[in-house]
Amino acid sequence: MTSLAQRFITGCLQGLGSYALLVKESLFSLLTFKIAWRDVTYQIYFIGVKSQPVVLITGAFTGMVLAAQAYYQFHQVKMDTATLALVGVSMCSELGPVLTSLMVAGRVGAAIAAEIGTMRVTEQIDALRTLATHPIDYLVVPRLLAAILVMPILTAEAITIGIAGGYGVGVGLLGIDATYSWHNMLRYTTIPDYAIGLIKSVIFGGIIASIGCYKGMSCREGAEGVGQATTEAVMYSSIVILITNFFLTLLLGRLFHII
Amino acid sequence: MIEVRDLKKSFGPQPILDGVSFQIETGESLVIIGRSGGGKSVLLKHIIGLLQPNSGAVLIDSEDITRMSERELIRVRSKFGMVFQGAALFDSMTVAENVAFPFRRQKKFTEKEIARKVAEALDMVELPGIEKKRPSELSGGMRKRVGLARAIVYQPQIVLYDEPTTGLDPIVSDSIDKLIIRVTECLKVTTIVVTHDMRSARRVGHRIVMLHNKKIYASGTPEDIFASKDPVVRQFIDGVADP
Ligand SMILES: Nc1ncnc2c1ncn2[C@@H]1O[C@H](COP(=O)(O)OP(=O)(O)O)[C@@H](O)[C@H]1O
Ligand SMILES: [Mg+2]
Repeated sequence: MTSLAQRFITGCLQGLGSYALLVKESLFSLLTFKIAWRDVTYQIYFIGVKSQPVVLITGAFTGMVLAAQAYYQFHQVKMDTATLALVGVSMCSELGPVLTSLMVAGRVGAAIAAEIGTMRVTEQIDALRTLATHPIDYLVVPRLLAAILVMPILTAEAITIGIAGGYGVGVGLLGIDATYSWHNMLRYTTIPDYAIGLIKSVIFGGIIASIGCYKGMSCREGAEGVGQATTEAVMYSSIVILITNFFLTLLLGRLFHII
Repeated sequence: MIEVRDLKKSFGPQPILDGVSFQIETGESLVIIGRSGGGKSVLLKHIIGLLQPNSGAVLIDSEDITRMSERELIRVRSKFGMVFQGAALFDSMTVAENVAFPFRRQKKFTEKEIARKVAEALDMVELPGIEKKRPSELSGGMRKRVGLARAIVYQPQIVLYDEPTTGLDPIVSDSIDKLIIRVTECLKVTTIVVTHDMRSARRVGHRIVMLHNKKIYASGTPEDIFASKDPVVRQFIDGVADP
């Protein structure tokens, strides 16, 4: 029993250790400008352009349902015009970055882990190394950089379309006053809310790419190994995003209030 | 010169190599024979630093590579070319991009020169004109030869071949053997070939070592090995199963 627990804890610590090493090597590589921009461009296309539909749909429907639900509650206390303010604040600082990241984790994190995992089990990573190429420089850094660059843009899109969707539902469908609610939204949705959302999205982008790469690089043999790496990449990045989000909200909220 | 000193490696509780030592002179061609699953690929991967031993040393031109970090190893590895047992081609790239991969970070050559070198290398492995194909469109034997082209295109000083002729028909095997000999002689490279194809071992090797029971069991010129009276060596050469 104790030996089982011991082995579990050692396993966790070892995993964390090698993940930390991967992140450290990637940062080192980034800082020494060993960047292959062509690969970064391709990854930006893959992570950014190809995630458009999923991100736009997520953003729009989140904004819409938020507006409807907020309206039903606010209507009872005759605060209809606060609806869009609530949509704006929650889209910007919480739902925009978190839901976008979770969707991207499902699509991109899984794809990264599967691709790198397959390369590992077919010895392509060993082949890279024999061809005097560091797998971190060649595989991890372009993905990490692309994810960090692209996530804020995707998040901004989701926020924008979410607010537009909320406006459409609130004003068009439920008939709240357009001018007052728009004015209220601008008044209560502040620059810090928006900044918090974008800062979070950068961090979440880093989490998605680094965990996807880590799971791919440490993939075990065979098709089963690749499958497991893929599932775990999505699972771990989603959980880490949700937990990190909580602490970021506390930390960034504090920070922006002081400033 | 390559020197392997008392190399020991185990995966978990399972020992694979238990005190392997041998030397290879520059320009020499060494063949490593041994049973499947006996750790030949593992040994080869130690020589190029893809695996780290539990103890022992691998000296490449009197530099111990077993304690080097991945970044330090990059410099040493540019001396090497390696042909993998399963070819290990990059399946997201075309054949031409695979073979040109070693040049991608070098500013030394123009696109045209690289294309010429790629065409030459593909000619050498008797696969001219397949630049545009993808690895998934090739047969196993063709993939192996593309892997070979990728390993020798930048003229490394040491080339490692992991079962280069396994699974190929006798005629292609023969041309691969000739190619290995030509690369060894023309480019003055040090060659290490892992194989259990005895015909190929006899022709390619200046010297043969046999890996058996996690150690080097026998070593000598092809003539010595083929004339050996040792029962273990004989059994392997004649290809008889245990009764
Ligand atoms: N990365 C690894 N992890 C665990 N076991 C391994 C690994 N690589 C090889 N082995 C084991 O080492 C043994 C020797 O493998 P290998 O060197 O591929 O044999 P061969 O002589 O056929 O090339 C096998 O039993 C294999 O299961
Ligand atoms: Mg092998």
